[in-house]
Amino acid sequence: MAGGNGELKLVGEWASPFVTRVKLLLHIKGLSYEYVEEDLRNKSELLLSSNPVHKSVPVLIHDGKPICESQIILQYIDEVYASTGPSLLPADPYERAVARFWTAYIDDKIATPWDRLFRAKTDEERAEAMKQLFTAVEALEGGFKESSKGKDFFGGDSVGYLDIIVGSLVSWVKATSVLAGAELINAAKMPLLAAWMERFCELDAAKAILQDVDALVEHGRMLMAKNAARASK
Amino acid sequence: MAGGNDELKLVGQWASPFVTRVKLALHIKGLRYEYVEEDLGNKSDLLLSCNPVHKKVPVLLHNGKPICESQIIVQYIDEVFAGTGPSLLPADPYERAVARFWAAYIDDKLEPPWDRLFRAKTDGVRAAAMKQLFEEVEALEGGFKECSKGKDFFGGDSIGYVDVALGCLVSWVKATSVLAGAELFDAAKMPLLTAWMERFGELELARAVLQDVDAAVEHGRMLMAKNAARASN
Repeated sequence: MAGGNGELKLVGEWASPFVTRVKLLLHIKGLSYEYVEEDLRNKSELLLSSNPVHKSVPVLIHDGKPICESQIILQYIDEVYASTGPSLLPADPYERAVARFWTAYIDDKIATPWDRLFRAKTDEERAEAMKQLFTAVEALEGGFKESSKGKDFFGGDSVGYLDIIVGSLVSWVKATSVLAGAELINAAKMPLLAAWMERFCELDAAKAILQDVDALVEHGRMLMAKNAARASK
Repeated sequence: MAGGNDELKLVGQWASPFVTRVKLALHIKGLRYEYVEEDLGNKSDLLLSCNPVHKKVPVLLHNGKPICESQIIVQYIDEVFAGTGPSLLPADPYERAVARFWAAYIDDKLEPPWDRLFRAKTDGVRAAAMKQLFEEVEALEGGFKECSKGKDFFGGDSIGYVDVALGCLVSWVKATSVLAGAELFDAAKMPLLTAWMERFGELELARAVLQDVDAAVEHGRMLMAKNAARASN
């Protein structure tokens, strides 16, 4: 139950898909919040004091109390604002476990090579990370099949937790495809996921929240150039 | 909801702290289950079919349906068997977020260097992993303070989610301290956590479930020797 003033503040950074996750959920739930854009090269007192352990975004501050880590924030919002807007996590515990499984898969198996791709110092490292990323993404087709049970979204008839988790990555999927010169979500290999992605982008929340792909392509190029230029760690 | 016909089967491996985590949760809840010990060098069809994505333990089978990833399994048990035995996650959403945060910290920040320590092929890599592990552990003192609010356990007066998330590692904390020749939980730097570990170790639960420390030491030595002996990846 929402108590206090219900003041919500989100500390984020425009390019971060983890921040996008929280923005998507807040939009879907129809919740108002103050947004604070961080310069991650010059972290604010607010960020450092509200996330002293990781010093990373997103951080949601609810009535002055910080919640960190995107998955934890999403579940917190879903629980506290259970009666506001749609529920994101499934009601059934087994389906909840499936949603958490694929979220963990994305954050462990997909995010890791994706991150390495942009931090790579050599062409070999980048090529290896690219290969791992493309391979890891393929399992999501099965994840979609398992979750959606033949319906339009991971959540079934309507958007659910996994739709937000995967949806938050869509602009980066497109940007990475441009940078790689190959579709990360290959319609031939992953027809269900490719169709889902088009459907997701048509949603009001996606149009309102997802980053501009060209801006991410430029940001991605900048990250790769910066890391390749570094002579040593 | 737990019915009379609930069949629980846990696929595990004796040395794995993640399997221990699930055993602790099942024990706390007073749940009966069949245990299947895997030979991870020769994975069974059961394991490969119920965890095709990761092919890892633990896997919990509930009436034949597999749930993978130890934290997801523990949350599943807590939700499905909500009326059986104590609850592991707190009732309050903010305290739940705090508990999830520290449980995630354990798996995201401690597990990787800990794993690297045992897989290291050179003394240099092992020393770096050891140093990182010893540094990352220190934040848990603050985590304990935040979660326990002056009480005996992370869960307060009684065992909770984070006690299970960390308690499963206690035999490995002790084994690693023997192998490192230094206390991983330094009583001078981490008095609260050290006291918690002693307290946790005294519980009937811990005595019933945790691995024998000498066996873990021997297993750790074997892993380190095996990995150091490998000439190349």
